[in-house]
Amino acid sequence: MKDTLNKAAKILTIIPALNEECTIAQVISGIKAHAPYCDILVIDDGSSDATALRARAAGVKVIRLPFNMGYGIALQTGYKYALEKGYHYVVQLDGDGQHDPLSLEELIEAVRSGETDVAIGSRFSNNNQEYTYKAGWMKRTGILLFSAITSLIIKQRVSDPTSGYQAITRKAAQFYASEAYPCDYPDADVIIMLNRAGFRIKEIPVVMHQNKNKKSMHSGMKPLYYVFKMFLSIFLTLLRKRELLNQESGRVCP
Amino acid sequence: MPIKQKIFAIVISLFLLFFIIELVRRKKLREEYSWLWLLTGSIILILALWYDLLQGITRLIGARLPTSTLFFLGLFFLILIAIQFSVKMSALFTQVKNLAQENGLLKQRIEELEREDYSPNEHESKES
Repeated sequence: MKDTLNKAAKILTIIPALNEECTIAQVISGIKAHAPYCDILVIDDGSSDATALRARAAGVKVIRLPFNMGYGIALQTGYKYALEKGYHYVVQLDGDGQHDPLSLEELIEAVRSGETDVAIGSRFSNNNQEYTYKAGWMKRTGILLFSAITSLIIKQRVSDPTSGYQAITRKAAQFYASEAYPCDYPDADVIIMLNRAGFRIKEIPVVMHQNKNKKSMHSGMKPLYYVFKMFLSIFLTLLRKRELLNQESGRVCP
Repeated sequence: MPIKQKIFAIVISLFLLFFIIELVRRKKLREEYSWLWLLTGSIILILALWYDLLQGITRLIGARLPTSTLFFLGLFFLILIAIQFSVKMSALFTQVKNLAQENGLLKQRIEELEREDYSPNEHESKES
């Protein structure tokens, strides 16, 4: 609260969390240490463990969804909250400790300086010095594939389109909170949608850690569905008119 | 068409039509969803009564037997109905999603308000 006075902009960090009772407190204290001027909101996506309790005990706001609705929907809830409360910038990061709060400041600075509308934390960016992330071959192939497709479509190099570590402006948050946002697996398609809606995107090298004790969000048959959905979503995004995505233009009432 | 087949088709289509109308009358089925079912029932009835039309359609689509035409039409309408359900389900999902999000946001707000009630000085209200 005191710190927000020095830095006029209101910034919210949203952490979508599903059964992260072991890591959530650590993630929150990490954010508080590296970016104390941020407000923190945890969106508990219908966890069956003590995620919400741990987060509340750590002294942050918690929104509990009545049942498990999926990552994208939890995320969108956070964006709706941010818009409601008048935040200027929003940062999203995962509650499993994969995204290191060390990089928060850089992400926030990228959007706060007005240099970009969306800052995406990339684990593969060329100038990433502290490379601590190792993915399996399947995930790597997927990321490479969609990185190539996304880069080609938006004519800008995107090395890590699956990254859920982002900082965005209020205007971009309005897009994230709209019905245009693809709530199941928001991913490479979001970047393309953002680009087509006229938002500026910039990649920032960040530190990401290996997921230790984790059942991945993409497991079992899900990678197949994921690849299919991503192709479909990108294809349909390209078919749609640009104006439909641009929330700025809005509908003109007679 | 043999008379047995004709009677059977007419009885089935009449039963279907009455059943759907009765469901709508008792408000078990919304009018919104009844129209495709009613259309399906009516077409079976019309084709059963008007055999020439069935034969005409059979020749038109290049089928060998009038029964194939009936099967084809039946399948086609079932697909239409299934698609109608999928569309509606997508709309319902969006509504459930928005409700769940709204529910979470409201609950959080209520908890905040309650906390303010107990300790009014601790929290400065900054609403714009």
